[in-house]
Amino acid sequence: MPASDSGPLVWTEDLSVRFGGRSVLNHVDVAVHPGEVVTLIGPNGAGKTTLVRAVLGLVRPSGGHVRRRPGLRVGYMPQRLTVDATLPLTVRRFLALWRPVPAERIETALEEAGVARLADSAVQTVSGGEMQRVLLARALLSDPDLLVLDEPDQAVDVHGQAELFARIEHVRRHRGCGILLVSHDLHTVMARTDRVVCMNGHVCCHGRPEDVSRHPEYHALFGRHAAELAVYVHHHDHAHDESRKIVDGHDGDCCHG
Amino acid sequence: MDDFVVRALVAGCGIAALAGPLGSFVVWRRMAYFGDTLSHSALLGVTLGFLLGVNPMIGVMAVCVALALALVALQRRRTLAADTLLGILSHGSLSLGLVALAFLETLRVDLMAYLFGDILSVTTSDLAWIYGGGVVALAGLALLWRRLLAVTVDEDLARVEGMPVDALRLAFMLLIALVIAVAMKVVGILLITSLLIIPAAAARRFARTPETMAALASVLGVVAVVAGMMASLNWDLPGGPCVVVSAAALFLIGSAVPMRG
Repeated sequence: MPASDSGPLVWTEDLSVRFGGRSVLNHVDVAVHPGEVVTLIGPNGAGKTTLVRAVLGLVRPSGGHVRRRPGLRVGYMPQRLTVDATLPLTVRRFLALWRPVPAERIETALEEAGVARLADSAVQTVSGGEMQRVLLARALLSDPDLLVLDEPDQAVDVHGQAELFARIEHVRRHRGCGILLVSHDLHTVMARTDRVVCMNGHVCCHGRPEDVSRHPEYHALFGRHAAELAVYVHHHDHAHDESRKIVDGHDGDCCHG
Repeated sequence: MDDFVVRALVAGCGIAALAGPLGSFVVWRRMAYFGDTLSHSALLGVTLGFLLGVNPMIGVMAVCVALALALVALQRRRTLAADTLLGILSHGSLSLGLVALAFLETLRVDLMAYLFGDILSVTTSDLAWIYGGGVVALAGLALLWRRLLAVTVDEDLARVEGMPVDALRLAFMLLIALVIAVAMKVVGILLITSLLIIPAAAARRFARTPETMAALASVLGVVAVVAGMMASLNWDLPGGPCVVVSAAALFLIGSAVPMRG
């Protein structure tokens, strides 16, 4: 873990969020430090996305606070984004909408995200996985101290996922920014995260992946597959596809249970 | 050419040029029905203008803005779908305008002129309003262009980037209200939205950037105005509807043109 003497980039203090009368987040304390990958996991409806949106300032807390380091620059990569078909917009132009940026910086960001060849494509014609990387390039243009990624693995196949996470890892190492990640994919999480926050409306448990995977609350949430996953951490190179299948199958159970 | 024909052409072309970029945004933001609702409330604004003894365009602006704010407030409550709310406000305000007008017995108003436009009666002072308002609206739009595009693409992203999303949305509504106020006399409140969206929709297929779409929409709008005016004068037909029919014809022709790729 990198030294955190300068304190966290962003943190929540006893954060609660209610929608209507329904409580979605209860007394949540999480923090992201520079150079650290923090991943939020939990079943559907656990409040992962709500927490991310609160951190981004898109949801107003009904209790507690979201604190940011002063002058913090945030790069946000949403789950998905569709541009109305009536709006003629190339990928290059899409990237230039959010702040005035010189053309060469756009080229650099596209290359860093591995989608330089798409620069002149209409933004509506790129595939889901390509769009994810365009959104990553967009997030990088703000030169972020904190990168917030909401389920970056959702629209992408297994191969694309590995590549996307390699890109994200690269960005972290080269820029030293903190990363807050929401994921459904336990397998990726365990392999690529410094800290896991296991949520279900509140923080069930958190810590290093190997510690969380031994935590009883984690097992209560994720059932028998959690145990297999803990084993999986040690057999990193072997059961790639098989493990994924197990994880995906499990996720379905969890939502209905 | 007679003076009144020249004035009509100058007025129509000015409004068409103005409607191109703003209409493109109405199309991109899927606000066609919203524009319709605002323009339907304009009649109430006209009545208000007469009652207060101010220029009807100011009354129209005031009512449009009030309606836009009411709509934003109602949408926040999320009890009804947006199109239902728009339907209520649209027909409610149109009918209220008609009722209010009927109460003003001393006032003789050519209702048809307000509903469907009376382009041949445009005065020099109307022209000043159209071009003055048009310059203000286009300058405002140019100033906000990039940020409005960003908000149109994704409001959450724009918020995270620190853009004042609510203020931008409100500013866009004000621009639309301004266009409705100055365009009312030319095409009438029932047809204003068509001048906003038909040229923009026709331009879509031929544009690769937002700016070319906006510019092309202006050009097509001007063509529709000139063609509609000529038809109206030649065959003694109502001007506003002729302009809209011309625009719709341009849209159909454009849709039929085969494109590469």
